[in-house]
Amino acid sequence: MGLQKVLEMGGYAGYVWPAYGLTAVVLIWNTWAARRSEAEAQRSAQRRNEIARETRS
Amino acid sequence: MWLWFHKLASPPHAYRLLGKMAPWFGWPALFLILLAAWWGLFKVPPDYQQGDAFRILYVHAPSAWMSMFAYVVMAVAAAVGLIWRIKLAHAASAACAPIGASFTFLALATGSIWGKPMWGTWWVWDARLTSELLLLFLYLGYMALRASFDDPQRADRASAVLAIVGVINVPIIHYSVQWWTTLHQPASVTKMDKPSIALVMLVPLFMMIAGFQLYFGWAISRRLRGEILRRERNAGWLKEAN
Repeated sequence: MGLQKVLEMGGYAGYVWPAYGLTAVVLIWNTWAARRSEAEAQRSAQRRNEIARETRS
Repeated sequence: MWLWFHKLASPPHAYRLLGKMAPWFGWPALFLILLAAWWGLFKVPPDYQQGDAFRILYVHAPSAWMSMFAYVVMAVAAAVGLIWRIKLAHAASAACAPIGASFTFLALATGSIWGKPMWGTWWVWDARLTSELLLLFLYLGYMALRASFDDPQRADRASAVLAIVGVINVPIIHYSVQWWTTLHQPASVTKMDKPSIALVMLVPLFMMIAGFQLYFGWAISRRLRGEILRRERNAGWLKEAN
């Protein structure tokens, strides 16, 4: 079975590949969004800590 | 027992624990998802009726499963938060929503892509599709409701009520294909007798579901850590926690 035949997906290439591609995009977006949300919260919490330290001293 | 429970629910402890757990979810998830995709795309023989188009099953069914699973987790966490007033449970509920919403979108979109060649249409207003679309609106409504409050405690309570009321939609989605005449096919795997799908086709399906579950574990760990920090006015413990 050649590569060409595999990629054709029995004539359903236009449906199978976009479905898998979309899944990859959504999972990657989700991964990025989760990391970003955590990193933003860490930054702002650290900033709050610094302000608290500055006001104490 | 209660002492252990309180320790677990304390923000610094939960924050550290989630940080330690996340990689244990993330890497196996990546491995399983890639393996299942490769297996489902290239190893499994084509379906005798649907040909190669049935391979969409391996991304569609696990997404649909996760869309409901994430909602139940969200609603249970909301109920725990509401009944026992545990802030961490409310935070977990809030962390579930964007992940669940994205899986719901994925289930709808991949289902639509699958529907076109098999049913001849991208969309029909049958019970399964409509109730799944309602699930997406429940997630979006939940997030919009949270965002509309300045006070996190009021946001927690109001959104928890919505999450709990909305959970009624989950069994409706699941049984919709039995209760109503739908274009969507009935369940093949979760049947009382044996599943009406060949074992060779089931292996990558279960692998993908396991991969998605682990991925959910990773994503919720990350998001919940963010939620915990956002709720802590004074996170003096943060420095040693990292």
